[in-house]
Amino acid sequence: MKPAPIISFKEVNKIYSNGTVGLKDINFDILRGQFLVVVGLSGAGKSTLLRTINRMHEITSGEITIEDETISDYKGQSLRLLRRKIGMIFQGFNLINRSSVERNVLSGRVSYYPTWKTICGLFTKADREMAVRALQRVQLADKIYTRADELSGGQQQRVAIARTLMQEPKVILADEPVASLDPLTTKTVMDTLQRLNREDNITVIVNLHSVPLARQYADRIIGLRAGELVYDRPIAEVTEADLNEIYVAEAEKA
Amino acid sequence: MMTTTLIEKSHRTLWQRWNWLIWVVVIGGLYYWTVNGLKFTGLQESAGTVSRSIAAGLAHPQWSYVYDGTGEDLTSLILQTLAIAFLGTIVSAVISVPFAFWAARGTHEHFFLRSGSGKVVLTLIRTFPEIVLAIMFIKAVGPGSYAGVLAVSIHSIGMLGKLFSEAIENMDRGSEEAIVSAGGRAGQVFALATVPTIMPEFFSYTLYRFEIAVRSASILGMVGAGGIGTPMIFAIQTRNWPKVGIILLGIVLMVLLIDTLSEQLRKRLI
Amino acid sequence: MMLPEIPRRSWSQRWHVKGLVGTGILLVLLVASSRMTGVDVGMFFSNFGQFLNLLVRMSSPTWSYTAVIIRPLLETIQMAILGTTIGAAFAIPFAVLSASNLIHNRFLRGVTRLFLDLVRTLPDLLLAAIFVAVFGIGSTAGVVTLAIFSFGMVSKLFYEVIEAIDMGPLEALESVGASKITIIWFAVLPQILNQFVSYFLYTLEINVRASTVLGYLGAGGIGVFLQRSLNEFNYSQTAVIILATLAVVLVIDGVSNHLRRVLL
Repeated sequence: MKPAPIISFKEVNKIYSNGTVGLKDINFDILRGQFLVVVGLSGAGKSTLLRTINRMHEITSGEITIEDETISDYKGQSLRLLRRKIGMIFQGFNLINRSSVERNVLSGRVSYYPTWKTICGLFTKADREMAVRALQRVQLADKIYTRADELSGGQQQRVAIARTLMQEPKVILADEPVASLDPLTTKTVMDTLQRLNREDNITVIVNLHSVPLARQYADRIIGLRAGELVYDRPIAEVTEADLNEIYVAEAEKA
Repeated sequence: MMTTTLIEKSHRTLWQRWNWLIWVVVIGGLYYWTVNGLKFTGLQESAGTVSRSIAAGLAHPQWSYVYDGTGEDLTSLILQTLAIAFLGTIVSAVISVPFAFWAARGTHEHFFLRSGSGKVVLTLIRTFPEIVLAIMFIKAVGPGSYAGVLAVSIHSIGMLGKLFSEAIENMDRGSEEAIVSAGGRAGQVFALATVPTIMPEFFSYTLYRFEIAVRSASILGMVGAGGIGTPMIFAIQTRNWPKVGIILLGIVLMVLLIDTLSEQLRKRLI
Repeated sequence: MMLPEIPRRSWSQRWHVKGLVGTGILLVLLVASSRMTGVDVGMFFSNFGQFLNLLVRMSSPTWSYTAVIIRPLLETIQMAILGTTIGAAFAIPFAVLSASNLIHNRFLRGVTRLFLDLVRTLPDLLLAAIFVAVFGIGSTAGVVTLAIFSFGMVSKLFYEVIEAIDMGPLEALESVGASKITIIWFAVLPQILNQFVSYFLYTLEINVRASTVLGYLGAGGIGVFLQRSLNEFNYSQTAVIILATLAVVLVIDGVSNHLRRVLL
């Protein structure tokens, strides 16, 4: 049985207020449980594409549906519930540097708490145990009381992954998650994402600029160039030549 | 080498060649005006004698004033001065926070709460002389250290608000973004991401401002707003130089001590 | 599911001893300071009428008074210019003596810096009070005060500039056996001149602010008139003085900021 699409883009356009085209006529479906890698040069719109999925960026026209629901009219609570089921990982980790790893991980649970409880730090025992398990899954349970900024880059990114696990997400968006890491830690972070994809059936969408990495981890690769979807193949059909073209054509134009 | 510079020189316009002369004339004129405008007449002939007695007084400070148990001695008044500075700085830091968010670019796009207007208000507060504030508050709450606390509290907003707002403008918004993307409300983003990110900087600036407040608090007494300044001005007016000497020594030691402590603390924070 | 092993927190970590002690100290200091200063929030509001009355009287400035205060305002600027210039001139040799890249004698440097630190601890109004006693009432006391005040400030700013210079040209001259003075003139001065001027202007801004209140203790300038109006409870004049001072300070700040931008 073919899995159902979890996210659909229909005629999506994004034009920034200064007139720059962010996304142009994007049409595609993302299937549940897919490990999708988005490639393209910087400025091609990868980051914009990712951020339209959890409405960190608004689209100008078209429609995005997640589990068959249009997300563009969500606001307030419904928007927060949407964001809860979509975890996000950032290039710069975006941890609260001076707080402990535990607190950072628990902060992934915000949408389950009223504001005053968050301010007082009143997380339930169940959630504290959940945080330990989430950290165990990224092999960092022993760092639970360490300050986040005392960890290495790769460890910080894994803490960020543990934080998104606290949301119990159906989708994880990862925006250049390994761009500021060395090759060895890159592998541990990508492996972690892959494990979550396989074990928990979480749909993972990753922006990468490294073609070898994309080929190593993706089920499917899409390519963006100047905001347009120019490439979309399952990994079995991807050839080196195709991918080079995404980059080369752009480079020649520039 | 030599010839090229010569050629370049000859290509420069008349204006470029002579504009230094204009500066010389402007600056020269300014200084001519300055020196001529000031009256140095009326110099006391006793200046020499007074200086000598000051030196003598400073060399023989009145040690008995350090502590005499009356509560009007140097130790008590130095502590009172520190209390004025401390309380004033803390109150000011608290009031400065909303001002800082008002004046910081990019935190809000309210119609009348534009950051520009916030910056103007902070500049006005900063420029308003602290001494005048102290005098105004003396009218409100009577002479004494309470007026000093109020003066320090209000005056410090000008500088702390500015420093805080710059900290907000330059802060890393990554952790805020992360909490938003996890479905956090505005209040949760503020409590979980903004506050922990910005607090150490706010704290460090507050300490720095405290150093300055200690200096202010030690002179506010000269207009009656409490602290060590009051006996200082009396001692000067009554030409009691040994007492001036011991008070000066007290102030210098206090300021040095506070500066050192605060610097150590700030280093540990950042 | 079994929970994995996690590190044990020490007793002090679990109970947040550091944070609690810090907060405790802060609270104790706050309570102690408010008792020592006799702060009473109620009193401020019970006397609020008087304060309001003062504000109301200040809010109707006697504009005609402006003509009277132009002269002392200019005098204030003159005091600031002269004071800053004298202070900066004296600061240069001291800045050189405290710069670790020029003076290798640690003792000399230490003594100079200690002296500068001591000078910087003295608040401006305190100096003014003393110099009024020495020189008598008038702008001389103000100029001397500002000179000393800016000396302390400028010397620190200057030696930090000197310590940040590029040492290449210095080493080049040193290697050909140039004298200290030659080195400073040809290798140091060109690198620092602009920043010196910029800091000079910055100090001038601060001194203009400072000089407006020095007169309160008799050290010349607009402050004399400020004190007179306050003593005579003539708050509508006080308002004119404050507004005029604000205007002057803002103009000087503007000019100086512009010049500094051009320079750097």
